[in-house]
Amino acid sequence: MAAEASAPTLGNRFSRPSPITAVGLVLVLALIALLVKELMVSPSQFGQTTLIGLTNGCVYALIALGYTLVYGILELINFAHGDVFMLACMFTITFGTHFFGLHQGQGITIVPIVFATLLLTMLVCGAINATIEFVAYRPLRNAPRLAPLITAIGVSFIIEDIGLAWKGPNYVTAPDVFPHTKVFSWKGVDYGWNHMIVVLITIPVLLALVWLVQTTRQGKAMRAVAQDMDAAAIMGINVNRTISFTFLIAGALAGAAGTLYSLWATTVRFDQGFQLGLISFTAAVFGGIGNLPGAVLGAILIGLIQAWNEGLPWHMPGSDWTETIVFSILILILIFRPEGLLGERTPEGG
Amino acid sequence: MAEVAGTVPREAEQIGLRNQLRSRWKALPEQNRMGISIGVEIALAILLYFVDHSLAVAVLVISGIYWIRRMPAFPWRLGAEALMTILFLVFGPRSFGILLAIAFALFWVPDRYRRFTMPLAALVLAVLYPFYQTKMFTVPVFGVWPDIATGVYMLVFVMMAVGLNIVVGYAGLLDLGYVAFYATGAYTAAWFASLQFPHTTWHFGAVGITPDLPGIHVTIWILLLLAGVITAIFGILIGLPTLRLRGDYLAIVTLGFGEILPQIARNGDDLFGTGINLTNGPNGITPLDSMGFGHTLSHATGGFLPANFLQCCNAKVLGHQIESTDIFFWVAIGLLLVTVFCSMRLQFSRLGRAWIAIREDETAAAAMGIPLMRTKTWAYASGAFFGGVAGAYYAVFKSATFPGDFFFNISVFILCMVILGGMGNITGVIVGAAFLAYLNQEGLANTGSWINTNIHIGSHHPNIDVPLYASGIYGVIILVVMLFRPEGLIPSRRRAAELHEGVHDEPLYDSAHAGAEA
Repeated sequence: MAAEASAPTLGNRFSRPSPITAVGLVLVLALIALLVKELMVSPSQFGQTTLIGLTNGCVYALIALGYTLVYGILELINFAHGDVFMLACMFTITFGTHFFGLHQGQGITIVPIVFATLLLTMLVCGAINATIEFVAYRPLRNAPRLAPLITAIGVSFIIEDIGLAWKGPNYVTAPDVFPHTKVFSWKGVDYGWNHMIVVLITIPVLLALVWLVQTTRQGKAMRAVAQDMDAAAIMGINVNRTISFTFLIAGALAGAAGTLYSLWATTVRFDQGFQLGLISFTAAVFGGIGNLPGAVLGAILIGLIQAWNEGLPWHMPGSDWTETIVFSILILILIFRPEGLLGERTPEGG
Repeated sequence: MAEVAGTVPREAEQIGLRNQLRSRWKALPEQNRMGISIGVEIALAILLYFVDHSLAVAVLVISGIYWIRRMPAFPWRLGAEALMTILFLVFGPRSFGILLAIAFALFWVPDRYRRFTMPLAALVLAVLYPFYQTKMFTVPVFGVWPDIATGVYMLVFVMMAVGLNIVVGYAGLLDLGYVAFYATGAYTAAWFASLQFPHTTWHFGAVGITPDLPGIHVTIWILLLLAGVITAIFGILIGLPTLRLRGDYLAIVTLGFGEILPQIARNGDDLFGTGINLTNGPNGITPLDSMGFGHTLSHATGGFLPANFLQCCNAKVLGHQIESTDIFFWVAIGLLLVTVFCSMRLQFSRLGRAWIAIREDETAAAAMGIPLMRTKTWAYASGAFFGGVAGAYYAVFKSATFPGDFFFNISVFILCMVILGGMGNITGVIVGAAFLAYLNQEGLANTGSWINTNIHIGSHHPNIDVPLYASGIYGVIILVVMLFRPEGLIPSRRRAAELHEGVHDEPLYDSAHAGAEA
């Protein structure tokens, strides 16, 4: 197992599948067969749920990237990340409706308002995430590995209750501002603009992140710290600042996800962050934690699986079982392929 | 500035505001420190007098006890203790005076006997609790003493915390899905002692039911053991594929199981549309059979052991009407004693020392010939066993199990007990768990009503629903303990050293990073 992981060449793995890999492959093939059957039973519904899954996946991708960035640099599962996302949803509603007067039926004026809300939320959530790191994780950097993990759970609970105290125990409604007109309609498959906008905003954010990590000086520092913290420090990189910056970026991504999610789903509750955070974390592990393209791939797959499970008509377990399915995937991935789909590639970009 | 800095020992000069303040404080002469402390305490008492009179008294009493303990034994300490006790016996709440007398007496026991007398006294006080509970004084802020049902709840959670302590404290494996074991135990009890399977009729020693009642009815005593064993097997099944993962991955997988299992319980009334009703879904399984010693034992002991807890007791002992809750309370104490005994014996056994070795350094432990997988699996199974027994017992006490009882919060709640008390230390875990369980059941509500009546700005009283924020309060406890006292309130010395000095924490089998770090 260890030898295989150290030299994961693709051809090698396919020529000599171990029993564990074989079982995994059988599972995947069964899933594909099931999906083909679904496609034949009801093509239009399949197309519809797939598109919803894609939108879902985009939101998950933004959250999952936050997990992966932090894990890549500190090897810490930042449980509080999902709750920062929840705060982002709350901030979006507050900023949008109270500061910028966002409401339904404004026409084209929503574009600058949504952008202003998006930027402000990203900024605030980035700052919050960096503060969490400063207060809760930095003092424990040299403690045993489980100490910051336990702390992260504590922080997650605290943030959840901040959301509860702030917005109350019920669902909070965001103005439904995205237009519901169709982008296209083909053989009964409708694609609304409200889904399209989520994808359209996610893609440039992702491109900006790739640019940041790959080409900027700060991104280079992040990759160096992720690779070897001590060596990076010797080379004159300010490790603390780089880690703060990583948390800032992760928080900003959660902020973007929060804005998109709350305007798209239009209802948010204080305890949703933890659940969505766990699903996104599963996505990050699915794609290979510490790996940026992996997180996006995993998130889209998880989004699709969730949408298929909840939306397809033929013998699907349904939304009652979504968490069970997602966590089963998590457990299966960790058992069969702990390095994730895209293997061992850290934010260095491979 | 310069003189003060000069008096600080070199090694005490550490980074961080807290350490700087502490070393400043340590550098002051003893007399000054004492004077400042007493001054602050009196000022605090005067300040709190305007909020709540009894709180001011409490501050004075606590600081008084602190200073009395530092006096020379004869005649000052004895005299002060006697004075304080007599004052309370005459004027104040009498029950507090008696409690004070017992506490002072315990501290006169020589050090080497104290490790026997302290737990013994705690045990006696706990067993007698139903007799004096209603006569106890009102505690400032926290209000009245917990009732017996809360006592059972506390004991059950202490039992679970002691079980989780085996996994987290001894073996150092973070388990975020302990609630899964709790649920397994509870549902095992529910399956074998209720009407859940009406097509099978099988009775084995159950009490309090008619002989022709459908369903499986096994006596609870066997069920407790059975629940433990089934949960332990379940723990092994979870553990075998996952225990080779690294610490944080293990945490997330256990969390996954902790989320999956309650969902199965929630949707278990119609598993995947097959019509199999396993858990009765969100309605839960209720009622469960009662516990009891059976008629044979009851007759043999002349009715001292009740045949059925629910229809027991019309006896009045020491002016207290014995109720079924009391019996459940005493049986829970018995179960807890067994748990604590096993846990203590395990700690210093070959297996327990292997757990500690793995916790401290997995690689070194493996090199010394400790089979990692088997040892970790045993930790998991033992922890699961006690969780299962506790879950089954609590289900029987409530006579119901609902899927809503098994949320992720409960896992973190139990983890919080272990962390607060001190990972790896049984006394600490018991104290931490009892306190947090009390808070969860009664304490937070009492504290909330105290805050809402006594704290006010002008005539404006806050109206905070404190129990609503329970999980946030546990979050704050976790955060504060991990940041300032990671070894917990009553630490085990060994664990404290690990947490402060750090350990070599790179595991042998590094699933995601194998090869990369070599």
